[in-house]
Amino acid sequence: MAKVTVDGIEVEVPNGSNVLQACEAAGKEVPRFCYHDRLSVAGNCRMCLVEIEKAPPKPISSCSWPVADGMVVHTDSPMVRNARRGVMEFLLINHPLDCPICDQGGECDLQDQAMGYGSDHSRYAENKRAVKDKDLGPLVKTVMTRCIHCTRCIRFITEVAGVPDLGATARGESMEVGTYVEKALSSELSGNIIDLCPVGALTSKPYAFVARSWELKKTDSVDVLDAVGTNIRIDARGPEVLRILPRVNEDVNEEWLADKSRFALDGLKRKRLDRPWARRDGKLHAASWPEAFDAIAAKAKGLAGDRIGAIAGDLCDAESMLALKDLMVALGSPNVDCRQDGAALDASRRDYYCFNTSIAGIEEADAILLIGTNPRKEAPVLNARIRKRWMAGGCTIGLIGEAANLTYDVMMVGAGPDTIMGGFTQVLRDAKKPMVIVGQGALARPDGAAVLAAAWKLAADVGALSADWHGFNVLHTVGGRVGGLDVGFVPGPGGKSVAQMLGGGVDLLWLLAADEVDTSKIGANTFVVYQGHHGDAGAARADVILPGAAYTEKNGTYVNTEGRVQRGFLAVYPPGEAREDWTILRAFSQVAGQPLPYDDLGALRRRLEQLNPVFGRVGFLPRFGCSDVTSPAGNPAAVSATPFVAAVTNYYQTDPISRASPTMAECAGVFAPARLAAE
Amino acid sequence: MLADKDRIFTNLYGQHDWRLVGARARGDWDNTKAILDVGRDKIIDEMKASGLRGRGGAGFPTGLKWSFMPKQSDGRPAYLIVNADESEPGTCKDRDILRHDPHKLIEGCLVASFAMGAHTSYIYIRGEFYNEACNLQTAIDEAYAAGLIGKNACGSGWDFDLYVHRGAGAYICGEETGLLESLEGKKGMPRLKPPFPAAMGLYGCPSTVNNVESIAVAPTIMRRGAAWFTALGRPQNTGTKLFCISGHVNKPCNVEEELGIPLRELIDKYCGGVRGGWDNLLAVIPGGASVPVLPKSICDEILMDFDSLRAVRSGLGTAAVIVMDKSTDIIKAIARLSQFYKHESCGQCTPCREGTGWMMRVMNRMVQGRAEIGEIDTLEQVTRQVEGHTICALGDAAAWPIQGLIRHFRPEMEARITAYKARAAQPVAMAAE
Amino acid sequence: MAETSTAAFAQPTEFAFDAESNAAIETVLARYPAGRQASGVIPLLDIVQRQMKRQTGSAWVPRVAMDVVAKRLGMAPIRVYEVVTFYFMFNTKPIGRYHLQLCTTTPCWLRGSDDVVKACRDATGIQSFGETSADGLFTMTEVECVGACANAPILQVDDDFYEDMDAERTKVLIEALKRGEVPKPGSMSGRQTSAPEGGPTTLTTLTFPAGE
Repeated sequence: MAKVTVDGIEVEVPNGSNVLQACEAAGKEVPRFCYHDRLSVAGNCRMCLVEIEKAPPKPISSCSWPVADGMVVHTDSPMVRNARRGVMEFLLINHPLDCPICDQGGECDLQDQAMGYGSDHSRYAENKRAVKDKDLGPLVKTVMTRCIHCTRCIRFITEVAGVPDLGATARGESMEVGTYVEKALSSELSGNIIDLCPVGALTSKPYAFVARSWELKKTDSVDVLDAVGTNIRIDARGPEVLRILPRVNEDVNEEWLADKSRFALDGLKRKRLDRPWARRDGKLHAASWPEAFDAIAAKAKGLAGDRIGAIAGDLCDAESMLALKDLMVALGSPNVDCRQDGAALDASRRDYYCFNTSIAGIEEADAILLIGTNPRKEAPVLNARIRKRWMAGGCTIGLIGEAANLTYDVMMVGAGPDTIMGGFTQVLRDAKKPMVIVGQGALARPDGAAVLAAAWKLAADVGALSADWHGFNVLHTVGGRVGGLDVGFVPGPGGKSVAQMLGGGVDLLWLLAADEVDTSKIGANTFVVYQGHHGDAGAARADVILPGAAYTEKNGTYVNTEGRVQRGFLAVYPPGEAREDWTILRAFSQVAGQPLPYDDLGALRRRLEQLNPVFGRVGFLPRFGCSDVTSPAGNPAAVSATPFVAAVTNYYQTDPISRASPTMAECAGVFAPARLAAE
Repeated sequence: MLADKDRIFTNLYGQHDWRLVGARARGDWDNTKAILDVGRDKIIDEMKASGLRGRGGAGFPTGLKWSFMPKQSDGRPAYLIVNADESEPGTCKDRDILRHDPHKLIEGCLVASFAMGAHTSYIYIRGEFYNEACNLQTAIDEAYAAGLIGKNACGSGWDFDLYVHRGAGAYICGEETGLLESLEGKKGMPRLKPPFPAAMGLYGCPSTVNNVESIAVAPTIMRRGAAWFTALGRPQNTGTKLFCISGHVNKPCNVEEELGIPLRELIDKYCGGVRGGWDNLLAVIPGGASVPVLPKSICDEILMDFDSLRAVRSGLGTAAVIVMDKSTDIIKAIARLSQFYKHESCGQCTPCREGTGWMMRVMNRMVQGRAEIGEIDTLEQVTRQVEGHTICALGDAAAWPIQGLIRHFRPEMEARITAYKARAAQPVAMAAE
Repeated sequence: MAETSTAAFAQPTEFAFDAESNAAIETVLARYPAGRQASGVIPLLDIVQRQMKRQTGSAWVPRVAMDVVAKRLGMAPIRVYEVVTFYFMFNTKPIGRYHLQLCTTTPCWLRGSDDVVKACRDATGIQSFGETSADGLFTMTEVECVGACANAPILQVDDDFYEDMDAERTKVLIEALKRGEVPKPGSMSGRQTSAPEGGPTTLTTLTFPAGE
C-alpha cells in the first residue's frame, strides 16, 4: 500500500495504482475523457492533469502516473485548473457547439466538464474541422465531427471485444477514428462503444433523436435474452421502453451489455399479444378474459391429470413458472418441462446445471475446455470474460465443436463428444484451476445425457472438482432456464418431457411463452393454451391465447447461468389487456376451481423460497467447491461421434422479442452467417 | 579554432573513402577489442567523465543515460536503438555521418551496446535517407564480413547484431518512444513515461535510444580519453559538435567545432559571413526549428553551447543554425515552422492535435496582418496551453518558436497588423481577399 | 499520406509479392525477434510501393496490398491501414513516374524554395501540390524538412536529393527527367556535399592513405 495525500486528505491505495485512482479514493473528482478503468491507459486527452509535488514541475496526467508512497497531489491548484481549462478549450475549438441537436446532450461528459472548465466564449476564430461520418452498421450511429479522439472505442473493440475493426487513421488534426475500409462492426458487444464514447460521436442508431435522458424513467432490472443475467437499466417514457443500458455488476457483466440485449427492445412493441383470443370454428376470435378462461376450464374439465401438460419458455420468470407448476399439480399433472430444446439437463443436483465456477471465477482459471458451445454467440458478455482471462496470459483454451472465431486463440480438440477424453485432458490435468464448459449444443441431442456425464467425468478426472474449486460449468443460452430448473419445472415422477407431450402426448398443453418447440409436432387434437407476450410460433398454434408480460413489464425473479438469483422490475405496464403472468395463472386457478395459495407477489415469493432456498439469496452468489463428485445420470461411454452443432446460429434472432425486432432483423441481414464466414 | 587533429568526423564531407578500408585508414576499428576489454563499467565511467551530452537535442548526459540500463539481465534482452530519424528542420549532420562515416557509427554501436549489455542494436533511419541507408547497410555488411560485428565481434567474445530499420516519413519518430512504437510496427505515437525505455523499451525490454552523433563519437572518446574531450569546449558543455548552418549565409555548410564557439565566429569563419554582412543579420534560430529565435542583439555575443543558449531562453538543440538576414519575413519564417509542427503532430494528445492547427492558422493570419493586436496575446496564451501539457515534447517544440517570435519581434507583428488594417480600411483599391 | 479509401481511382483487386519482393521480405523479417514480425510493416509497405513502381511505373500502396501485408505479418488489417496513413511516404493513390518532393520548410524557404516550386509548376504544368502532370510523368508533393538544410533548397526525386536548387537548375533537371535521363543527385552547384561553396575550410590538413 502507498500513502498518498490528495488535497490534504491522506489515503492508502494499493501499489501499482495510478494517481487518478488515489484521487478517487480521496473523494476528489478528476475529469477524464480517455481514461477508463476497464481499458488500457492511453493518457491522450490530457484532461486529468494534476499537480504532484517533487515530480516534474508541470501538470501530470494522473491516469498514467503511478502512485508512490508519500506522494502529495493537488487536484485543484491554479496550475491544474489552468491546464484543464486549456485542454477544455482545445477540445472545444473543433467540437461543434450543437448540444441542442446532439443525442448525447444531457448525458455528455464533455458538456458536463465544460461547465467546470469551459469558457463562456470561444477565442477560436478559424473554421472548424468537419469529418465525414462513418457507417459502422445498423447499431452505432456516428457524427465524427464530434469525435475528441479519446480512442476509448478503439481500445474497447480491440481489447475487450477482441474484434480489431476500429482504428485511428492519418495523424495530427487529420486523424480519424473509423474502419478505413467501410464495414459494420462485427462484434456482438459493439453497442458498448456508445456508452464509452464521452461525447456524441458514437450514439445509438435506433435510438437516434428519440428522447432526452431527463425525460426517461429509469428502472433497474436484469436482462433475460441470454443466460448471463446482465444487469440493466430500462429507460422508458410513458408506455414505451426506449433504451436499455448496462449497469455495473463486477461479478456478472462488469459494465458491458450484449447487442441483442441492448437493441432488441423495438421488438417489445411489435407483434404483441394485447388481449385474449379464443379459437372458434377453427379461427381465433378476440375474447374477454372470462371467455378465454372458461374455454380452457371447459377443456380441462374431466381430463385426467396425465393428459394435461405445460411447457415453460426461455424468457420466463421463476414466479410464473412456479405458479404454472403449482397449477399443474393442482390439476393432477406431473407433465411440466422447461427444456424446450430437449437438452439433457439433469435437475437433480444444482451443480449439474449451473456455471459453477462463476463468471468472475473465469479469471482464475488456467485452462478452459469448451464443449459444444460458442460462447461468443451464446453469451457475448461471458465470452468477453474468457477473452479477458486469455489476454492476461497463462490460460490455454480448448474447443470441442464447430470451429469459430471466439476472439481468442483456441486449440481445436475435436468435433464431437468422442474427443472429450481426448487431446485436452493433459492440459486440464496440468492446470491448477481447470474449467470445463458444456454448452447447450452438447446437451440438446440424443446422447446429451451421456455427454453431460462424460464432461462431468472429465472434470472429475482432471481435478476440476475439488473442495475449493468447482470447474464444471453448464453454459445456458436463455435467461429463464436455470430458474425453471430451480423451480423444478421438469417432469415429476412418471411425468412427460417436452418430446413426450408433443405428438398427442397430452390433450391440453399450456405453453408459457414457449415458442421454440416445434409446434408442427403438437398433436392435432391437442388443445393448446398459449400464454405469452408475442404472436410468435406458440400463439399461431394456440386455441386460447392469454396475453402476458414481457420481461420489462413485470416484477420477476430470474436465475442466470451461474445460478445467481436476480430480480427484474416492471419498467412499463403490459400493453392493453395483457397482465403479469403469475396473476393470469392465479386468476385461472380460481376459474378452474383450484385456487393457488398466494394472492400477492410477496406470498408467491415466500412460496418460491420455501420450495427452493436459493431463491432467498437474491443477487449474491456464494462460491462452492465440489464435495461430492457423483456423476449425473448418463453413461459417459454412450457418447456418439456425431459432431456438435451450435445452439445459436443466428445470434440476433433467438427469441420472440428479438424475432419481432426490426433492428435485429437488420443485423441478421448484415451479419448473415454466410457473410461472416466469407470474411 | 578547432584543430583538424581534434576533429572526430574526418570524412565529414565525403572527400575520402567511406567504406571499411578508408575508415580504417582514418583510425576507425583500430583495436576496438581493447576498448571493450576495459569492461562495461569503465566504458560508462569514461563516457560520464567525458561530459558528453546527447547530441540529439535534449543534451542529456550520455554516460549517465547508459548507466540506467540494468546491470544484470532479468532474462530479457537489452537493446541499443540509434536515432537516425534526423528531421528537425535545419539539421543535416547525422546524414553526413551516415553516408560518409558509417563505420564510426557502427563501431560506436558496438561499444555502446557492449557497455549496456545489448547484443542487438537497431539504427532507425528516416525513410527519406534512402541512399544514406544504402551506404550504412553496405558498411554494416562489410563489418560483418570482417568479423567486426556479429558473433564474437572484434574477437572480444561479445556477440553483436546490428540492423538498419528505415522509417517512412514522420518527424515524431525522432521522439525516442515514438521511434520505439514505429520500430515495433505501429504508428509513431510517443508512449507515456514512466515506464522509461531503460526499464521497458523496445518489445518491452530495457532499451536506450541515442542520437547518431552521440554514438559515433564514443569510440574516439574511448581512444583519446575523457580528458582530451573535456579539454575541448566549455565546462558542462564539453567536446566538439557538428554544426549545420543554413539560411542566409554566404556559404551554408556543416562543420565540426568546439562547443561554446561564438555564433558570430561560426558564421563568419566557416560560412563566409551573413549575406550582406553581419549588420544585415536579422535573427538566428540557433538549434533547429524547435528552439526560440534570437534577434541580432543576442547573436552578437552568444556562445554556441547548451547552457549559454539556455540562459537566453533558447537552446542548442541539434546545433542547427538557421540564419535570417534583414530581407526575411520573420513572421512567415516562424509561421512555416508552425505549419511543420501541425503537419507532424501525431494527433494523440489534445493540446498538440488541436493546438498546432490553431497556432498555424493564427500565424498564417499574422503573416498577412489579418488579425487583431490582442490576438498576439491570445496566441501567446495558446502556446502556453500547449507547452508542457502533452505526452512528448512536440507540443513544446511547436510552442517555443512562436514564443520566441513574440518575445523578440512583437513590434513587427503589430506593425503588420496595423498595416493590414490601414490597407483594408482604404477604399477598394485592390480586390479584397 | 492521408487519403480516404474512396478516392476516385481504380484500386486493383489483387496484389501478390513478386520474387524480388519476397527475397527482400525475407531479409527484412530476419532482423526482428520471433513473434515481432509486425516490426516489418513499414519495410513491407515500402517493398509494396517499390514493386508497384517496378510493375506499373507508379509507386503507391493499393488497399489490397495492405491486406496482403497484414496477412503476411499476422496483423489486423486496420493496424496496417493506420500505419499506411500515418507515415507520409506511403502513397495511397497512384502517382506519376517521378515523385517530385519539394521541401518548403523554413531552411529551404529561406534559400528560395518558392522559386523551385514555381519552376516545377512551370516545367510540369502541375497546378498545385498533390497533383500529377497530364503526361503522367510527375507528381508534386510538398514535403517537410528532408534533412539536408546546409544544401537547401532540396528537390527530392524519388529516392534522390537534388541539392542547392534554384529555378534554372530545376528546369534543367525536369527537362532531363522528361527525356528519361536521371542526372546524378547531390549538389547542383557542384560543391563538395555539405562543405562550404568553394571547398572545405576544415579537414584540409589531414591526409589518409587512399581507400578504394
